[in-house]
Amino acid sequence: MENRVIISGFGGQGVLSAGMVLSYGAMFAGKYPTFFPSYGAEQRGGTSNCTVVIDDEEVASPVTQSPNIVVCMNQPSVNKFENWVEKGGFLIYNKSLVNNPPKRDDIETFSIDANKLALELGDVRFANMIMLGALIAITKLYPFEHLLKGIEKFFGQKGRANLVLLNQNAAKVGYELFARL
Amino acid sequence: MKELIKGNEALAEAAIIAGCRHYFGYPITPQNEITAYMAKRMPEVGGVFVQAESEVASINMVFGAAAAGVRVMTTTSSPGFSLMQEGVSYLAAAHLPCVLANIMRGGPGLGNIAGSQGDYFQAVKGGGHGDYRLIVLTPAYVQEMIDFTILAFDLADKYLIPVLILTDGIVGQMVEPAEFPKDYKPNFYDKSWALTGAKGRPKNVVRTLWLDDYGVENNNIKLQQKYARIKAEFVMYEEFMTEDAEVILVAYGTPARICKAITKKLRNEGYKVGTFRLQSAFPFPEYRLMELALEKHVKGFLVVEMSAGQMVEDVRLSVRDYKPVNFYGRMGGVLPEERKIIEYTLDMLKGKVEVN
Repeated sequence: MENRVIISGFGGQGVLSAGMVLSYGAMFAGKYPTFFPSYGAEQRGGTSNCTVVIDDEEVASPVTQSPNIVVCMNQPSVNKFENWVEKGGFLIYNKSLVNNPPKRDDIETFSIDANKLALELGDVRFANMIMLGALIAITKLYPFEHLLKGIEKFFGQKGRANLVLLNQNAAKVGYELFARL
Repeated sequence: MKELIKGNEALAEAAIIAGCRHYFGYPITPQNEITAYMAKRMPEVGGVFVQAESEVASINMVFGAAAAGVRVMTTTSSPGFSLMQEGVSYLAAAHLPCVLANIMRGGPGLGNIAGSQGDYFQAVKGGGHGDYRLIVLTPAYVQEMIDFTILAFDLADKYLIPVLILTDGIVGQMVEPAEFPKDYKPNFYDKSWALTGAKGRPKNVVRTLWLDDYGVENNNIKLQQKYARIKAEFVMYEEFMTEDAEVILVAYGTPARICKAITKKLRNEGYKVGTFRLQSAFPFPEYRLMELALEKHVKGFLVVEMSAGQMVEDVRLSVRDYKPVNFYGRMGGVLPEERKIIEYTLDMLKGKVEVN
């Protein structure tokens, strides 16, 4: 089964880091991931995004215009990607930074007060991991433990070992919100 | 253990593994990561990195380093590769080994920075002047960015020829699991022809100019003999479910990945479809394609490219009139649509021949 995920937000919200962590998690779960960053000339205040494709077999195309899972960290992302979501797909958005929520009724939408939760953990930059934890709980892409391993791999290899536990904790906060879905 | 590696960085590190210690380049998207990686990595391994003032300069620095007998590489994207063509012709004429990469973007002109395949003619038919060829390798996976780059240095030294890694910006930009070979030892060839200082030995000459009657023709004959030898000894392709296929999709780079996925999908629905993926574009797998065309089970070929139709000409030359060859492509950095490829494939299975 092929899952096509787009993660989008302002530059600095950790969108690309979230994509890499999600990809590493997929690798540890024994799946085939690809990660594709947007590398265009983005306007300041616009969106930065990445595409993660996760398949049980070799991934065909690492890019897509019909994702079945979209994570929006801010309003411009909702504006840009709401219509891209495949019918029956998931749109998960950060309601701390979204005033006009998505309106489509043929997709499943979930809102998370990610900035507020992140600040409660001590740093707004945890919002991306909170969203990722929620994503795994909602979509059941792969078992949550592999996401934790992905976080360990990504932050560990960057020489930021102290951030591993903090980010894992943030992911757990997001996961717990929807763990009983 | 596999790691998540970006295509461009995979190519760059593979060059280091292959013993490349000289890199000259000028930044251009979507291959910037290679230049950036080399700027950081070359000093760490005792190599030379120069950011040239232009692509014209970097290809001529490659000429100098190759003439001196060292493993050397430059990388660029479409408009940059156009600027390099004079130097590429000189490198080929002088029988100098080097590795080049063109991570193709949308063209013509300045175009855009999205992945594309509009430079096939330039790569395979010769973008510069004169009768010359390059060995052209066409990776579609990050793992192949590693394996083909290492192979490229070996082929360049073995045949004394520039080897071009030709792929689209998507393969350059994407990240996927791959691994570098452990304990790889580069096979350094004898380069007694190189310009290393003639003290105590007769001088060597690296040249592309002859003013006598037959000098240039003689060099051309040498070049053609070399290309004939390469064609006899080397070609690379992947066949995916072609053994009983009625329609064979032919592609390279990112479109080939899409074609393989479509092949699986249509096979699951009972359609006999296969994919033929080029891994080298020169030499072109012409004999294998002709063999497939002569198979009774094959009704025809559908070529899919991110261009107006360039590689399809070589498929038609290989298949001749034995079987129909159809084409579907998107230009200017747009990816071929899966839906359309399926539609055209089903048309061919039903015997409908001309799709465009």
